[in-house]
Formats: sequence, C-alpha cells, structure tokens
Amino acid sequence: MTGTAVARGAITGSGEPAQAAAGEPLLRVEDLQVRFRTAAGILPAVDGVGFELRSGETLGLVGESGSGKTVTSLALLRLLESPPAEIRAGRVLLEGRDLFTLGEREMADVRGRDASMIFQEPMTSLNPVLSVGYQIAEPLVRHLGMSQAAARARTVELLEQVGIPNPARAAADYPHRLSGGMRQRVMIALAIACKPKVLVADEPTTALDVTIQAQILALLVDLQQALGMSMLLITHDLAVIAETAHRVAVMYAGRIVEIAPVEAIFGAPRHPYTKGLLRSIPRIERTRESMLPEIPGTVPSLAALPPGCAFVDRCPRALERCRTDRPELAAMGHGHRASCWNPADA
Amino acid sequence: MTDAPAIAASLATAHESQARRVLKRFVHHHLALVGGCVVLALCLAALFAPAIAPHDPIRLDTSFRFLAPFQNPAYLLGTDELGRDTLSRLLYGGRISLTVGLVAMATTVLTGAVIGIVSGYLGGWVDTVLMRFVDTMLCFPQVFLLLVVAAFVPPTLLSISLIIGLTSWMEVARIVRSEILHLKQQDFVQAARALGAGGGRIMFRELLPNTMAPILVAATLKVAGAVLMESYISYLGYGVQPPLASWGNMLTNAQGYFDTVPWLAILPGVMITCTVMGFNFLGDGLRDALDPRLRMEG
Ligand SMILES: Nc1ncnc2c1ncn2[C@@H]1O[C@H](COP(=O)(O)OP(=O)(O)OP(=O)(O)O)[C@@H](O)[C@H]1O
Ligand SMILES: [Mg+2]
Repeated sequence: MTGTAVARGAITGSGEPAQAAAGEPLLRVEDLQVRFRTAAGILPAVDGVGFELRSGETLGLVGESGSGKTVTSLALLRLLESPPAEIRAGRVLLEGRDLFTLGEREMADVRGRDASMIFQEPMTSLNPVLSVGYQIAEPLVRHLGMSQAAARARTVELLEQVGIPNPARAAADYPHRLSGGMRQRVMIALAIACKPKVLVADEPTTALDVTIQAQILALLVDLQQALGMSMLLITHDLAVIAETAHRVAVMYAGRIVEIAPVEAIFGAPRHPYTKGLLRSIPRIERTRESMLPEIPGTVPSLAALPPGCAFVDRCPRALERCRTDRPELAAMGHGHRASCWNPADA
Repeated sequence: MTDAPAIAASLATAHESQARRVLKRFVHHHLALVGGCVVLALCLAALFAPAIAPHDPIRLDTSFRFLAPFQNPAYLLGTDELGRDTLSRLLYGGRISLTVGLVAMATTVLTGAVIGIVSGYLGGWVDTVLMRFVDTMLCFPQVFLLLVVAAFVPPTLLSISLIIGLTSWMEVARIVRSEILHLKQQDFVQAARALGAGGGRIMFRELLPNTMAPILVAATLKVAGAVLMESYISYLGYGVQPPLASWGNMLTNAQGYFDTVPWLAILPGVMITCTVMGFNFLGDGLRDALDPRLRMEG
C-alpha cells in the first residue's frame, strides 16, 4: 500500500488544479483510430481514443510502454508517416476546426503556431548544423512574419524565459555545445515561441538526469500558467502526473481505459489496471522498460488482441463477459470514466 | 606462459596497425596539403594570367617557331608550331580549363544535390523514377554521352561546361540520396515538422546543410574529373576551339610533332596531371577531415 501513500502525498501537493481547469474544451479528440501496416500484420496501435483538453488544463497521459501514447500524440498533429501508419477514423477538433480535413499547407501553419510538441530526446531533436538562435528564429519568421532582426531579439528573450544563462551567447551556439537539460530548454523555447494554445509534451524529462527532470517540469508548469496554454503531458512517471496534471487518462493497448480528475485517479481508481499502475509507482520511476511487478503477465500483442477487454488475462477482477465483450468507457460520476465490467468500488 | 609470445605478437600487430593508421593519416594529411597548395597556385595563376603571361597567347611569331624551353629567355617555356609562347598559352589555357572545371562542378553538384535530396526525402514513386533515370544515365559511358551531345551543340565554354556537368551528376545524386535516407529518420526532422516546417524547408534548410561535408568532397573530386573531361573532348576536337587555348587542345596541336618536339605535349600534360592530382588529394584530405567517424575516433 506504499503506492497509495505516495499518491496521497502527491495530491495534497497539488491542491485545486481541477477547478482551475474548468474552461471550455479547446482540443477535442473523437474516436481516433490508427493502424500500422507491418510485415507482422495490421497493428491497431490506437483504437478509439477520445478525450478533451480544456484551455489552461494539463491532461496527463500514462500507460506502459507500447500502449500507444506517442502514436496518439503524433496523430493529433498528423505527424505519423503513412505508410506504415494509417489514420482509420476519428476527428481532432482544435477550437472547433477539424485538423484531419485541413490541407497540408494549412496543417503546417497549425503546427508550431496553434499546437506545438516537445519530444523525449533533446540530444537529437535539434539540428546539429544550425545555430540555436537560427532554429528558434525560424518559426517566428515563418509563422508570425517577424523580421529577421525582431526574431533574433525575440529569440534571446525566449532563451532567457526558459532559464538559459547568458542567452545571447547561447543563441550563437550550436546544439552540441549544450547539455541535455539546456537542449531541452531550447526545445521548449522553440515550442512556445509562437505562443501556441496547446503544447504536447511526449516524455519531456525521461531522457534527463533526475535533478534536471524536476527543473524542466517546473519550467513547463510555469510557462503553461504564464501563457495560459493547455498541455498534453505524456509520461511513464505517475509522480510527475500527480504534481502537474489536472486530469489523467490511462492508456492500455491502444485504448483509454480510465480518465478522471487527478484526485480521483489517485484517490479512487476504478479500473483494475489503474490500481495496478498505482501500486507500482516506486518501481516505475526507477526502471523505465521494466514490466509492472504488481500486475502479473505482459501486455498482449497488438496483432492478437482478445475480442473482449485487452486486460482480461492480467486482471484480478475479471468476469466471464470480460473475455467476449469489450467494455466501453462509461461515466462513473464527477467526470470520472472507466471501461470495465467490474470496476473497483469508489 | 605459452600465451605470452602470442600476446606480445598481437600487441605488436596492434601497435603496428595503430602506427600504420597514424602514418596513413599523416601522409594523407600532407598529400592533402600539397594538393591544396597546388590547387591554390593553379587558381592564382589562372586568375592573374593577364598580369603574369609574358606574351599574348594567340599572337603568332613565325620567326620563333618550335623554340625549346629555356632556349630563349623571352620565351621561357618555348614556342609552338606557330611561334606562340607556350608559357602564356599554358596560363590562359589554365584559365579556360579551370573555368570549365568549376562551372561543370557547380552544375554537377547542383543537379546531383537537388535530385538526391528530392529522391531521398520524398521516396515512393518519385524516388523510383529518379533512381531509374540515374541508372539509365549510368548505363552509358560519360565520354559517349559527351560526344553525342557535343556533336549537336555548338562548342562554347558554357555549353562544354554544362554538357560535362549534366553528364556527371549521378554519383553526387546517389551520395546525397543515401545521406538523406539516413538523415530523414533523425529526430530533428520530426521536430522541425512539428514546428510547422514544410517539405521544401526541411529538404533545403534542414537536411541540405547536414550533407555539406560529402557534397564538398564530391565537388572537389568533380573539378578534377571535369578538367580531365574537358581535355579529353578538346583533344578529340569537340571541345574548346582554337585559337583559344585550353590544355586539351594544346595536346591536340602537339600531336603532329610528338616525335620531334615532345615538350609541346608534355607541358600541358603535366598541367592536367597536376590539376587532377591536386584536386584529388584535396578531396581525399577533406573526406578524411570531415568524416565524422574518423573525427570521433579523434
Ligand atoms: N512506425 C511503426 N511501425 C509499426 N508499429 C509501430 C510504429 N510506431 C509505433 N508502432 C507500434 O504502435 C504501438 C504503440 O507505440 P507507441 O510508441 O505509441 O507507444 P508508447 O505508449 O509511446 O510507448 P513508450 O512509453 O515506450 O514511448 C507499439 O506497439 C508499437 O510497436
Ligand atoms: Mg512513446
């Protein structure tokens, strides 16, 4: 029960975010389905994912490796390469505009201006042969039509804003001269340069040292509040979620199995998978790829998902019908939804 | 105990191969330096030919025909069958040959880089079509292509350069394409797309600068190849036309007198050899210097 204790502690640390986030939906994802055509067959990597992101809100997206978090986030900005990826169905509405119906040009205008993304690997996400300043100024010129001089001045401001010491010098530097933490700060500066409404951060701290992780996370939260952005924060780390997210979506085998305000997820999880995840918190922090010892068994192969609930073979509360009928996300009160035929008591 | 000699031997070979590698790089380095100096000297000589050349390269002086080198201080490297000063002709010929070499190289690199980038980045049917085209072009020997085109296009400096350039870009296209195939998988390309960069920007602003090292090496080697090609087609009579001097057509002229006045052939031959080797050494040196694997090895 150490897991619950950790979770409780974390919640008291993040008092009232759920209320603060009660804005109108800014981003709405409906029934997103992504498949990969591979030699091994067709993999339904994302199967019917839907959620809302309100303005100013942070939605945490958690789940084991391979559950489809990255694919979901890339699909939002239409960054998946197809083939092999194929978006089968779904809509992504950003302020009511369906991104899937936009032309390639219009979509490029959305990326970086209305919605930006930060990736996991700061070491390789910057162009090695272009100066930091050039890389940041580029979207400013392109999206906001700034002059070169104005963009250069703004670049230095941005570098300062993300906490880079001696920003004027850093702007002239090339990425290989910066540490991983500094590069991630540069990536963040790039992502927020045009003041996007939505920021998607795919494990922004996983590749960094533990001490740096906390700083980067604090920076993200600060910037989010300062700019009033909405954030989709993808992570393995439930402690991170507890500290930063207003609401949490839990993914398993390409589906969202539970979505609820952060207090509800940590205080009264309904899905047995979420309960298992919470019990394994300390271990998750330490080893990234490890299986969850609190949940016996392994994630089923996407190529051979059971017809019913994908979690059935590992579930301590499984019923007969779990094998045959797939549970849909069902409301469980107070913005809490879970897909389970036999949910745990609140 | 029996192992000791074996270990000693393997250590010795390890040492030796290490030493050999160092030696190789040292020699390479020096050759590259020599190549660079030769190239620089040739370029300066060509650039300042009007100032250096003692005579007008096309002025005839029939009273001084077939002078041997160092025979007459006014004609340091001798004269040809029409009494034209060989030194002046070599200098002006170098201008022509190097100009053709550089323009042809620029054509090659531009064409090759654009086709390589587009092919590698877009992939799919574009890639298939372009690479088929490359294969087709490579089926024909370059000289054959050159002569076929040269037979229809009137030979001017520009047309000769373009013809040479447009028949030798395939290798550059392949090099650039394979670089792009590797580069486009990298995270920074995804990141650039996530910030709204379009295809053109990614190809030419993000990826192209990353392929500069191999392009630079190829460019240097291509100058050498183009100088050689110019000599070749001029020698065959399709290239630079007299009375304009180029090293190639100087060779052609010398042909008839080879048994009696060999220096008329030897001198332009030496210039061609020096140029080709200079650029080749420089290119090899650049390759070593710019190869990231070697650089990391430090
Ligand atoms: N290019 C691809 N081709 C084929 N399958 C892919 C491809 N990209 C992702 N997948 C599959 O899609 C599934 C979901 O992957 P995804 O990267 O979204 O997981 P994730 O939740 O982000 O995992 P992690 O926590 O390790 O980042 C995986 O099973 C993966 O094998
Ligand atoms: Mg991922």
